[in-house]
Amino acid sequence: MLSIKNLAVTFQTRKGPVEAVRDVNLKLAKAETLGIVGESGSGKSVTSYALMRILDAGGSITAGDISYSNIDLRNASSKSMQDIRGREISMIFQNPRAALNPIRKVGLQIEDVLRRHSRATRYDAKEKAIKALESVQIKNAESRYDAYPFELSGGMCQRVVIAIALACDPKVLIADEPTTGLDITTQKTVMDLIKQLSAERNMSSILITHDLGLAAQYCDRIVVMKDGALVEEGNPAQLFHHAQHEYTQKLVAATPRKGVTIRELLPKNMQLEEPERPAIGAPLLEVKNLVKTYKGKSGPVHAVKDISFTVKKGASVALVGESGCGKSTTSSMIARLLDPTSGEILFDGQNLAQLSAKSFAKNDLRKDIQMVFQDATDSLNPRFSAQDCIEEPLRHLTDLNRGSRRFKVDELADLVGLPKTLLSRYPHQLSGGQKARVGIARAIAVDPKLLILDEPTAALDVSIQAIVLNLLADLRAELGMSYLFVSHDLHVVQLLCDEVIVMKDGQIVEQGLTADVMQTPKSDYTKSLLEAAPSISNLITNNTPNPRKGEFA
Amino acid sequence: MSDKVISSEPSFSSHLLYVMRENPVTAISFFMFAVLLFCAIFGPSIVPYDPLASNTSNALSPPSAAHWFGTDNLGRDVFSRVIVATRLDLSISIAAVALSFVIGSFLGACAGYWGGWLDAVLNRILDTIMAFPLFVLAMGIVAALGNTVENIIYATAVINIPFYARLVRAEVNIRRDAGFVQAAKLAGNSDARILAFHIFPNSLPPMMVQISLNLGWAILNAAGLSFIGLGVRPPTAEWGIMVAEGANFVISGEWWLALFPGLWLMFAVFTFNLMGDGLRDLVDPRKRT
Repeated sequence: MLSIKNLAVTFQTRKGPVEAVRDVNLKLAKAETLGIVGESGSGKSVTSYALMRILDAGGSITAGDISYSNIDLRNASSKSMQDIRGREISMIFQNPRAALNPIRKVGLQIEDVLRRHSRATRYDAKEKAIKALESVQIKNAESRYDAYPFELSGGMCQRVVIAIALACDPKVLIADEPTTGLDITTQKTVMDLIKQLSAERNMSSILITHDLGLAAQYCDRIVVMKDGALVEEGNPAQLFHHAQHEYTQKLVAATPRKGVTIRELLPKNMQLEEPERPAIGAPLLEVKNLVKTYKGKSGPVHAVKDISFTVKKGASVALVGESGCGKSTTSSMIARLLDPTSGEILFDGQNLAQLSAKSFAKNDLRKDIQMVFQDATDSLNPRFSAQDCIEEPLRHLTDLNRGSRRFKVDELADLVGLPKTLLSRYPHQLSGGQKARVGIARAIAVDPKLLILDEPTAALDVSIQAIVLNLLADLRAELGMSYLFVSHDLHVVQLLCDEVIVMKDGQIVEQGLTADVMQTPKSDYTKSLLEAAPSISNLITNNTPNPRKGEFA
Repeated sequence: MSDKVISSEPSFSSHLLYVMRENPVTAISFFMFAVLLFCAIFGPSIVPYDPLASNTSNALSPPSAAHWFGTDNLGRDVFSRVIVATRLDLSISIAAVALSFVIGSFLGACAGYWGGWLDAVLNRILDTIMAFPLFVLAMGIVAALGNTVENIIYATAVINIPFYARLVRAEVNIRRDAGFVQAAKLAGNSDARILAFHIFPNSLPPMMVQISLNLGWAILNAAGLSFIGLGVRPPTAEWGIMVAEGANFVISGEWWLALFPGLWLMFAVFTFNLMGDGLRDLVDPRKRT
């Protein structure tokens, strides 16, 4: 139905042409779901942009053919491409909020597509738009018609985007990381919806994702891409159980799943001995009845409602929950970036909640509590070199002179495995993994007693995530720090943490030892979190073909 | 892909060359600016005639090989006067823009970072300034303070402050809660340090565009004030006065008196308007890959 032959895409950059995609051959059959998996920069998105002919400026198709039911897409006029996009081939983008026009009602945005492709007239457009909203299972579709994107949650926005994409009954749907910014439970409902709608409409789809588990669960066939080329192709069970290519094996191994240790994520030749778990000592951090309430326009917003927990010396505790559960607010309060409304934060017996966040920068305890941020890019000053970034806390929180600071930075770079030649570079010249290392080096520069890790690997590729998680485990064994690991992913958490605290709506719904919570979750919420997380463990441990296949057929 | 295009940090000059090669308009504007700078620095020593020396026997002669831009009613060489005036006009505009940049940035950065009542009060004051017809305000200031070059600079600076303050306020505001700001707090920086060394430098690139446009606009403003008789006084060579004086002779056919200073003024303003994007690319570290 859709076929790509020997596709090559080249981008013109300051350093000369860069080949983003080379010699890619793909075929998509009717009603088939094809998964394209790969890490960032593998060319998986570029391939789909090329076939939609929406490459960024500077990018061009330099070789190959793309044909869709006998139409040559590579040489089609831009006018006929406009007719094809949306009506024959549709696309769902990564960030649903960015894909919707923020100042136009969602219903009207659906009407726009319908009328562009003459699927509706002025008189029946509204009715059809409401139907489209109903088809993506939006409740009260009639009242949602008048909603603006900012009034809807991320999951709802993605449903609207799907409704727009499917409004004109396309034959092919391309979903480019459709659930990356969404919570795990929302991800499941959105993916289930896409699966169900494709089955109902007998539609082919291409799912582009970095998440092997997601691809394994929802695709009939998967291709793996690396550095712009296809490296392996096959059905999920075969691909993940008997991966042929070295790269696929590495990807599968690096994906966190049940029953593996942190070392097993790494390729065999990089595996060291299991890190020691440091001795657990007396309580280091005690949080008692912590409350944070924001003044909202429509009444107070209770971000954190009366939570209490303890982190012992040398322990690693995870704070798990979906967006809006208050886990980031809690970690900001403990890091003393935010003042709590009430409650106590006892650190080594001293109540930090009494000190204002403003004055804490000058406090002696500032260097004992440090943090690694979620978005490594955002957390590094774009005008500071890696050296400056790591040196910053040393400059203000220690008495070291310039020379010994430099020495310490070199030491830290060694510790986190950052080549010294990269120290003079600016953040935009570093890769995601390198930026994460800079962030970690900066946080451990002043030998904190408590390190708060706010989703430090959420923005990283799985193979980099595996390396960073191992680095964190090693650092903890070496330096004896306590970790408070904030995350949404229980599979990642189990690798690094002894205890888990599950939060929902500002409250703790479950806490206990990691193994207990993972194996015998007590609360329904924890169960639903565990269940919604896509996993490839069933594919690897037992040989059943895709266990979910046919569920919606 | 991103790690493939990484190379070592290029020097400033190679970056400058890159920026100019990438955008020919930038290269042209930088060249035009170099010409203006050259005139401003060396103007008085390279011009063929003394800009103030009158020669009544050769008054109002049209452009010729000896006098490229002709002579004025007192027989002064228009070309020499136009070139020499570059220094004065450029100094006025650069001083005025520098002053409004510093004051506006400071006010805007504080308002954007701390917000609250400070932000509210400052914004209302700036709104009030912006609500005046700006040129009339400048006229008022010069008329009240007196007819000197310094006062033209102050007047031009005052009417420009709100634009800088507004721009910086917005740029600082969007970065107030950025990750690198939180990280700077963890590193023990005080609020003032964070604002000065972390947030403000990051808001520079869009400011450069504003500065460049503003330079052109400040020249026009200074020339405008002189044109209506507020500001630089004759016989000093200044584009605005020259256009004003020359305007009296256009009807009687001596068009060169007003045309050439006007063209040169246009050239200067045009240069600054073209330079904006180039300056922005120069100060943006992200462009230096």
